[in-house]
Amino acid sequence: MRTWHLLDNASELAAAGRTPTGTILCVHGNPTWSYLWRSVLSATVDAARSGSTQVWRVIAVDQLEMGFSERSGRTRTLAQRIADLSSLTAELGLEGPVVTLGHDWGGVVSLGWAVDHPQLLAGVMLLNTAVHQPEEFPLPAALRLVLTRSLLATSTVRTTAFLDTTLAIAHPALAPDVRRAFRAPYRTTARREGIGAFVADIPVDASHVSFDELTRVSAGVARLSVPALLLWGPRDPVFSDRYLGDLMARMPHAAVTRFENAGHLVGEDVPVAPMILQWLADEFSMPAAEPESVHAPAVVPAREYRALWATLEERAADTSAAVVEMAPHGSNTRSSVWPRNRSGAGAGGSAQGAGGGSATGGIRTVSWRLLARRVTELAAGLEALGVKKGDRVSLLVPPGADLTAVLYACLRIGAVVVVADAGLGVKGLSRAVRGARPQHVIGIESALAAARALGWPGQKISARTLSRTLASALGVSHSLADVARIGRATLRAADAADSARAAQAADSAQSTDGTRAADAGRVAEGTRTTQARGENADGFAVLRVAVPVPDDTAAILFTSGSTGPAKGVVYTHRQLSALVELLRDRFDIGAGTGLVAGFAPFALLGPALGATSVTPDMNVTSPKTLTAAAVVEAARAVQATVVFASPAALTNVLATSGALTLPQRRVLGRMRTVLSAGAPLPVPLLERFQSLVPEASIHTPYGMTEGLLMTDITLGEIVEAEHQAETEREAETRVARAARTTHASGTTDAPSAAIGGVCVGRPVAGVEIRISALDELGRATGSLEQTAGVTGEIVVSAEHLKDHYDQLWLTDREATRGTPSAAHAVGATRAGGDQVEGEQAEGEHADREQLDGERAHREQADGEQPDGEHVQGEQEDAEQANREQTAGQRPASRRWHRTGDVGHFDTRGRLWVEGRLVHVVTTAAGILTPVEPEQRIERLGEVRRAAVVGVGPKGTQQPVAIIETAKRARAVSLGETALVAEVRKVSGVDVVAVLVVPELPTDVRHNSKIDRTALARWAAELLAGRRPGRL
Amino acid sequence: MTVLVTGASGMLGRAVAVEVLDQGYTVRTFQRGVSGLTGVEDARGSLTDAGDVRRAVDGVEAVIHLAAKVSMAGRPEDFTAVNVEGTRTLLAAAREAGVGRFVMVSSPSVAHAGLSVAGDDALPADPGRARGEYARSKAAAELLALAEDAPAFAVVAVRPHIVWGPGDTQLIERIVDRSRRGRLPLLSGGRALIDTTYIDNAATAIVAALNHAVTVHGQSYVITNGEPRTVAELLDGICRAAGVPGPRFSVPARLAREAGGMIEAVWNRRPHADEPPMTRFLAEQLSTSHWYDQRRTRADLHWQPTVTLDEGLERLRAWYHQA
Repeated sequence: MRTWHLLDNASELAAAGRTPTGTILCVHGNPTWSYLWRSVLSATVDAARSGSTQVWRVIAVDQLEMGFSERSGRTRTLAQRIADLSSLTAELGLEGPVVTLGHDWGGVVSLGWAVDHPQLLAGVMLLNTAVHQPEEFPLPAALRLVLTRSLLATSTVRTTAFLDTTLAIAHPALAPDVRRAFRAPYRTTARREGIGAFVADIPVDASHVSFDELTRVSAGVARLSVPALLLWGPRDPVFSDRYLGDLMARMPHAAVTRFENAGHLVGEDVPVAPMILQWLADEFSMPAAEPESVHAPAVVPAREYRALWATLEERAADTSAAVVEMAPHGSNTRSSVWPRNRSGAGAGGSAQGAGGGSATGGIRTVSWRLLARRVTELAAGLEALGVKKGDRVSLLVPPGADLTAVLYACLRIGAVVVVADAGLGVKGLSRAVRGARPQHVIGIESALAAARALGWPGQKISARTLSRTLASALGVSHSLADVARIGRATLRAADAADSARAAQAADSAQSTDGTRAADAGRVAEGTRTTQARGENADGFAVLRVAVPVPDDTAAILFTSGSTGPAKGVVYTHRQLSALVELLRDRFDIGAGTGLVAGFAPFALLGPALGATSVTPDMNVTSPKTLTAAAVVEAARAVQATVVFASPAALTNVLATSGALTLPQRRVLGRMRTVLSAGAPLPVPLLERFQSLVPEASIHTPYGMTEGLLMTDITLGEIVEAEHQAETEREAETRVARAARTTHASGTTDAPSAAIGGVCVGRPVAGVEIRISALDELGRATGSLEQTAGVTGEIVVSAEHLKDHYDQLWLTDREATRGTPSAAHAVGATRAGGDQVEGEQAEGEHADREQLDGERAHREQADGEQPDGEHVQGEQEDAEQANREQTAGQRPASRRWHRTGDVGHFDTRGRLWVEGRLVHVVTTAAGILTPVEPEQRIERLGEVRRAAVVGVGPKGTQQPVAIIETAKRARAVSLGETALVAEVRKVSGVDVVAVLVVPELPTDVRHNSKIDRTALARWAAELLAGRRPGRL
Repeated sequence: MTVLVTGASGMLGRAVAVEVLDQGYTVRTFQRGVSGLTGVEDARGSLTDAGDVRRAVDGVEAVIHLAAKVSMAGRPEDFTAVNVEGTRTLLAAAREAGVGRFVMVSSPSVAHAGLSVAGDDALPADPGRARGEYARSKAAAELLALAEDAPAFAVVAVRPHIVWGPGDTQLIERIVDRSRRGRLPLLSGGRALIDTTYIDNAATAIVAALNHAVTVHGQSYVITNGEPRTVAELLDGICRAAGVPGPRFSVPARLAREAGGMIEAVWNRRPHADEPPMTRFLAEQLSTSHWYDQRRTRADLHWQPTVTLDEGLERLRAWYHQA
């Protein structure tokens, strides 16, 4: 018999007259106690009292020897602790369903209990923990130190060092009373014995007494099919992201959220209780609240899937140029994967050189043939070096031939490329790379130096060959040239073996089974090609690596991070393929098209499009370094007719166009299509740009990292749209004015500022767009509609839309909220588990059965078979049949995404973007979107740029205009009376103040995006009469 | 219905009495002297005299209580006698006389502790934290009034914020006078946002509170134009309307607050005829934001301001032009 201390909200629930839906069993770690779960206890009681649908009983135990539970004097092993907990729950008569919640080593104990109680278990929730200590990795340094025998007792028992350290790593620091509470049960040496024993019980290796039990638990966890939630704080010196990766591998169906700024005590750092309740509500409720039905084809008319490398493969014998780099970094071609220029020929014709790769005067040209061969070699080499399908490979290489080759090599072998823009800055980049946990990092020196300094995980491969000293200093195992060489050797060896086998196979073809015969046949074919060409194979046929299926993950692209930490956006091969086909159709890009690629995401798709892409001479991290001359030289090199560039780049091209010579201007005159991707550009600027490229149609499409091309519009169409809008607005104003004279006061009964914004055109083929109207507090609560003139959040759907966010369950949840693809509607994508489900459905408890029933229902909805009632009721059989039969796949129904942008449709079906949702000003008179009034203010002669922000509480905010004047102001000041009057007049907004500033702050990556959130904070301080910080 | 309007000799009291009259009620006014209004019955007397007060409330169905000692300096006991005890006397007399509605005209300063206010709704009055004797006494008075609230005695507190208009001697005249003498500073650039109330709007809001007392009793409402402006813009607008130069120099707010505190101390020891040129309260008022959430006020009282800030300034200009 042991005496436990535990917290239980059962009596509060009973007092509130509520019957629990289930129980959350909470297990703290070392050296905390049940106090850790206080927020969960109070949140569940509050929810029950306020009449929530679900009612959760919470039992939070103090483990024996810990907290206020008994000190038995015994040393408890992991197995003992799991047994202890089991006897406690038996004694309590705990009935299902139970969802476990564990932290730190309590996570392991909770999972042990979970594995041992399949009848009761409904779900598992974990905060920073681990169930496996990979042998290849050393224990975290922080723990190694504590485990040092001489230190163990001193740090954990004799002193409060371990306790203090653990409590000291909260972000932000714990309040003094909270800290005192955590310490309360551990005041004396005797009471701290358990802490030391717990640390000593960490199974460091196979010889440890608890090793077998840990292995048993970790294996059991991998078999769990119940819903799982992982809330993770990456700033943890012990449970690093590596352990999160291990848990995710064991529970691929888990909903995961990493809180960038949180650490080991993630439960203290972020308000986890409401998230936990939210997740439970999503997971364990009937889909009663049907998601909005959207009047759109439920299933995307699937484009024919075409592998991203298909064009490369087809053109493997083509000696014309595929990729041209205007100024490759580093001139030592021996260190590169590309051969030395042998032809010496100039631009354009250089691709005819024997090697197909040439670098002349800084220009490097890579033919299709060479690119295909390099991709093959790199693919084979990467595979030989252990890069497996599904491995994440972080590519930190500037756009150009290297990046292109390695990118397609990764795609071909099914490795997931992780691409983050260097424009994020070292800090942002580091967060992104570490968070994505790549197994491999391929980068240029500066990136590898950062990787070394900041401890990014993964095998390191350098883009260029480094000196041995440098390579070893950077922890680099191979260079890309090494990888290619290894690949060549592998291929050659395989070729030789295959030739022999093919000869054999030809002799005994009848005796081989079907698969092998086909395989051998394919290989033989590849071999023949190889032999015909004399050297390495052209095409990928020789690669022995399995081809990834369309629904395998292809890439993780990071967002700009202009609103909070950059988010990883996950794309499958099918989704990227759809994007390529869309770009090809929309902009008529194909074989022979010369493409100046000044915008990275699209530039990388050049080889997939079959275009000849050229990267102009510019600093890729700073788009505004692209000059007109650089564009001309690049265009000339490939006889380009298409330019992709960011708005900042185009602005600088225009600014530097004065220096162009007549022949240079003629090159620009050949441009057929100019595409400005990113933030919108003002019409006058586009019109001036048009004079540089008189024959080109200038497109300013609308898209985002999550969906790169959603709508499209040309300059001509913008001008037309603006004209029509202006005419309509004038008519409206006349009506409004007439109406106002009849009412004495018309100041506040309707949002006065006319809606406007930036016209981004109509959805491109296959894209569906809806508007979710805003309520008076600026929340997008409306259903998904297409009604003209209604302002709301822009919600998009397309085949080429992102799959999901990486490890951001909450963000995913918000991005799909109220859409047919909401997690709630489709159910979290869950791998396998059907069989286990059958066993579990035998639970005796009524609630439990209901719960299981619900889950089974949802899983059926998730499943492959179209029979039975589908949650959405709409499913296309043909599409079903086409899909690959892989576990964990979701139906190819439309995926929807909330963009975080606000806008509206006009009566002609064109979309107008009015700004970011977070920048909407919520006045007492209604919502106000910033873009339209800003544009109007910017038409004033003395104004260069303007931002309209709100100060004050939501729903009663006051609009403020912040202005950067044409003549740079020396200091912050209030606008002069005349300016203020003009601003109010032209904007149609009764701004409470006009603030003149020397410069408006813009976000890190997009020089053109004004950071209105920061501005609003600043303005609120200033207008409150306080001294605001620096702008 | 007969409505008693106390303090009808002041700018706001007069405007309220006129508005009540305009809405078809019978008006009795209560103040020391004559109200000077036509169509009303003057009940002259002092709030500190229980007999005067009893006579004033006799036969009325509703009371709008505006009478108060308003000053930036003065002895605490004087404020208490008029603002607290006077209100207590009036409340008792009104209940006794069977009055059904009581509109307590208060001030946002009753809930103001010297920090900036940006979009708050009416917070509870707090004499312990209010700044200055006037605000302290008004806070106590509002609490007294609301404590008397009952279904049969509907008490509503309304707090108009910085009421101004043509003929205003309290605020406008002082600003104009100072500016004329070149002694009108801005505090720290006058960047704080302040919401004000044009006289007509204050009057209609107070009468709206009277009209809806039965549904909104027990509540406090802040009344403003709902058009916050920076102090600089407001002072500039007023000075322009009066045809005098606007503020031409700025003083750091912290300095002004300290100076105000010292001046106040001197003024309290040796009472002057005039108001002190600066007090801590005034310095705080002029250097921190004061604007309020008007949604509840407008929805509950079914009221909207009818005169915009610009129109009010235009009327001010016309008034000075005539004068």
